[in-house]
Amino acid sequence: MALKIVKGSIDRMFDKNLQDLVRGIRNHKEDEAKYISTCIDEIKQELKQDNIAVKANAVCKLTYLQMLGYDVSWAAFNIVEVMSSSKFTYKVSCSQLQLQSVDAVLITTIINSVSLPLVTQDLSSPNQYDTGVALTGLSCFVTPDLARDLASDIMTLMSHTKPYIRKKAVLIMYKVFLKYPESLRPAFPRLKEKLEDPDPGVQSAAVNVICELARRNPKNYLSLAPLFFKLMTSSTNNWVLIKIIKLFGALTPLEPRLGKKLIEPLTNLIHRALDLLYGMVSKKNLMEIVKKLMLHVDKAEGTTYRDELLTKIIDICSQSNYQYITNFEWYISILVELTRLEGTRHGHLIASQMLDVAIRVKAIRVFAVAQMATLLDNGHLLTGNMQRNGICEVLYAAAWICGEFSEHLEDPMQTLEAMLRPKVATLPGHIQAVYVQNAAKLFATVLRKQEGTTDSLAAQETSQLLIDRLPLFVQSANLEVQERASCILQLVKYIQKLQQKEVEVAEEVTALFAGELNPVAPKAQKKVPVPDGLDLDAWINEPPSESESEDEKPKAIFTKEEPKHTRPRHTEVDEKELARRREARKQEQANNPFYIKTSPSSQKVYQDQPGVEHIPVVQIDLSVPLKVPGMPMSDQYLKLEEERRQKERSERKKKEKKKKREKHGRGRRADSGPESEEDITPAHHVDIVTEEMPENALPSDDDDKDPNDPHKALDIDLDKYVYDVQGNLQDGSQVVVSVIFENKTDHFLKSMEFNVLDSLNSKLQRPEGSSPHDGLAVPFQLPPGVSNEARFVFSVQSIVMPQKLKGTLTFIVKTEDASTHEKLDFKLHFTCTSYLITTPCYSDAYAKLLESGELKSSSLKLEGVIMPFHHLLARICFHHHFSVVERIDSCASMYSRSIQGHHVCLLVKTSNQTVSIDAKCDEPSLLGNVLDEIKHTFSQC
Amino acid sequence: MQFMLLFSRQGKLRLQKWYVPLSDTQKKKISREVIQTVLARKPKMCSFLEWRDLKIVYKRYASLYFCCAVEDQDNELITLEIIHRYVELLDKYFGSVCELDIIFNFEKAYYILDEFILGGEPQETSKKNVLKAIEQADMLQEALSYHPRSQIP
Repeated sequence: MALKIVKGSIDRMFDKNLQDLVRGIRNHKEDEAKYISTCIDEIKQELKQDNIAVKANAVCKLTYLQMLGYDVSWAAFNIVEVMSSSKFTYKVSCSQLQLQSVDAVLITTIINSVSLPLVTQDLSSPNQYDTGVALTGLSCFVTPDLARDLASDIMTLMSHTKPYIRKKAVLIMYKVFLKYPESLRPAFPRLKEKLEDPDPGVQSAAVNVICELARRNPKNYLSLAPLFFKLMTSSTNNWVLIKIIKLFGALTPLEPRLGKKLIEPLTNLIHRALDLLYGMVSKKNLMEIVKKLMLHVDKAEGTTYRDELLTKIIDICSQSNYQYITNFEWYISILVELTRLEGTRHGHLIASQMLDVAIRVKAIRVFAVAQMATLLDNGHLLTGNMQRNGICEVLYAAAWICGEFSEHLEDPMQTLEAMLRPKVATLPGHIQAVYVQNAAKLFATVLRKQEGTTDSLAAQETSQLLIDRLPLFVQSANLEVQERASCILQLVKYIQKLQQKEVEVAEEVTALFAGELNPVAPKAQKKVPVPDGLDLDAWINEPPSESESEDEKPKAIFTKEEPKHTRPRHTEVDEKELARRREARKQEQANNPFYIKTSPSSQKVYQDQPGVEHIPVVQIDLSVPLKVPGMPMSDQYLKLEEERRQKERSERKKKEKKKKREKHGRGRRADSGPESEEDITPAHHVDIVTEEMPENALPSDDDDKDPNDPHKALDIDLDKYVYDVQGNLQDGSQVVVSVIFENKTDHFLKSMEFNVLDSLNSKLQRPEGSSPHDGLAVPFQLPPGVSNEARFVFSVQSIVMPQKLKGTLTFIVKTEDASTHEKLDFKLHFTCTSYLITTPCYSDAYAKLLESGELKSSSLKLEGVIMPFHHLLARICFHHHFSVVERIDSCASMYSRSIQGHHVCLLVKTSNQTVSIDAKCDEPSLLGNVLDEIKHTFSQC
Repeated sequence: MQFMLLFSRQGKLRLQKWYVPLSDTQKKKISREVIQTVLARKPKMCSFLEWRDLKIVYKRYASLYFCCAVEDQDNELITLEIIHRYVELLDKYFGSVCELDIIFNFEKAYYILDEFILGGEPQETSKKNVLKAIEQADMLQEALSYHPRSQIP
């Protein structure tokens, strides 16, 4: 016996261990199979020994051989035997053996009869690593039988004190569920509990398991959505986040409300990704990245997300002075493509990019002009969205580019024609103004071309075209448009006269627009150093007298000038004087038909936005006062005054500097762009003109804050909004309410929800599936000082009565350290007027209508109206959506139509401060209400 | 995840882990096929490919290919991330890992994988925790006197 043991140990001195086996196999490359078969023979011998260590060594080697693809199932019994040993290493090796295989019959019998008690014994071992190995091993060969027998044991382990065991148990449960689905129901509560385990490892394991389960049958896991939502917003583990998002992907189709909830956290994630993109671009991959983004833009469903992508695309492309763009033709095409987006709020951004690129990259102008001409030609496609900052803004850019660089146009005549179409008159005022001005530039170009040829008739025809079309603009309600149109009209008339005398005029007309405009950096002005000894605040001459005119102020031609009331320029004005002037100004405004008389606050909002002046603005009935408590009005004026002075001071500065700058000569072009990046050469020679900066500009860069911010003075504690109710022409039962929300606080406002208490007659249109009490999310957030417009559609049944709807706006005010939920009550007033739509009517049709005798009549008398008759008419047209059919002296006929097709006819007469209105309409109550509203309008002035 | 294979540029299998029950012949057939497909691909080609009804995600580190097969609903990028995390773990444990480390200490490589992935799902995403578990298991082994040769009774 002793001898046998000694002999055994000596033999084992020559045993191969695993390392030797590996080395041996590597040394026998030629006859590997033969070498291994001898090894297997050796292993068989070893397994017959009593010594467990020898057996374990043999099993170790078997695991390696199994990996190489040799069949080791014959040793299954020995393996299980070694596994049952108490030594950790041996178990580790065994667990590697992936016994789960077709030999299931054999293996399960063995395992069930022999190892089951062993494995279960391991499962409750005090050593966590023993248990761990058992679990790991188990994960590879879970069979339905094993799963059934071990489910409850593993479930107990899910509550083990050691997180190491807990997480393994949780993951194994997944395998158990797959093999033995009945175990899911009892185990689920505990699994759910693990989602909130204090150990992140266990938590992520639980998330993994539930996500995998949910993928197979999502609807059973809907109830967990809030829990996952919490995890998603709190977890920082990206692995877990990805799984959760996948899970939500499976859940959202089942529960549409979830989608709404997810928008914010998901957009945050997407933003992170987009921000990464921003840093990732290079010359090489820019086009590829933008192409991908464009695909997403096409697919995106929400306008907010689409707008976000749009700004990102532009950000990415324009970063570091267009550093990464090698082909500007491509960029222009991208911008043009972006104009096809519906409902975007970034028309202005696209427009400014178009202008910037066309102005600064000379080589691109030919291409840009061609593209812009196409845009103008298809302008009607873009005018659908008249919203502020809507896509129609790009027409502004298109018109200017085509005008300014008209020499590159292939067919300037066609573009000129496109710019003078009657449809243009529906565009916002500031865009019309640019159209008119640039039509003149195009006219000059066309004339030059036509006079070059012998066909002098063509030139005259062109003039005639302008003379025919411009009067449309002369009638515009927008002063800027009107002014430019009448100037140019007179000019063209004069030119036509000269043409008829066969004088060549092209040269001189062109001279009107000669010279090139160079871009000036926005900060250039401030960077001009103040020379020594110059006191900018000192008076140069004696202070001017009070009556100083305002004509010295430079007029911005291509940008909208910030509207403000012109005020005398000197600084010392006493309170009385101010009051007197205010009074005078009010008087003047009252007599001006173009001045929209509204309350000061609502007017403020509209001042900043061009093109909406023609929308009647009604102040909302706010139950909360909008004034700052404890701050008298005069203080606010004082603040405004201070700011105004500051602004004027800087303007004075500007003038002085101008002279200086001229000496330095204009058109100084800085070096083109940044140094080009080694390997990539641009598609064509690109000459990026940098914006002009004064020489020896100051390096200081602290001018980002705008001290002139007008909202600072109005530090009102609420957000405030103005709304406009408009009928929908297409659908007689729909009314669109556009609400402009302006955040007047210093805090970020988010999660705004707009809700209205429906009446029987008028209902807010909510998305399908929501209850009539649900609010509608306002699709944007408001940073401090920002305003934005949202539209809400109401369906109305009867339009013959005015109506007031009560509503609430709830929102979250986010301050630095906390956020509070706030609420604002308001009333929406649906007047009968808002159901009327300005519709032109010819006098003969009008007469027929009256003759038909189907209309009921009613009348109204207004006493003490002192305004001139044409002001009165303008007011009715403006506030009540009527159009004048005919006017004879102090008598006029007017017409309007309701969205449901009711005809409303007025006959307005005036004599001695008394206005009488005889009205006819096929709906008496509608008529009565409209007349009441007209009366109300005039009682206010 | 269905399975994970590590193989050399010559097509020699270095490590295989199966998370689905398959017969040995099936496994052999699959690994041969996958290895051939992956090795035939050029370096600039994509790391993801569709294979049968699965997706193969692979990445080459030095002379060794790491290759995973996932279901078609699984995310390829996170699989790639899992592969990378595993390589990082090996690297941390062995100290700039090379193919030979894995050949000679294949049981360690397995053990690390088991601590990181269980039943085809990542069980522990923290590198530190995985390494801690492995270290402690190592200590346990040493305490129990590891080498069979030294055990002369």
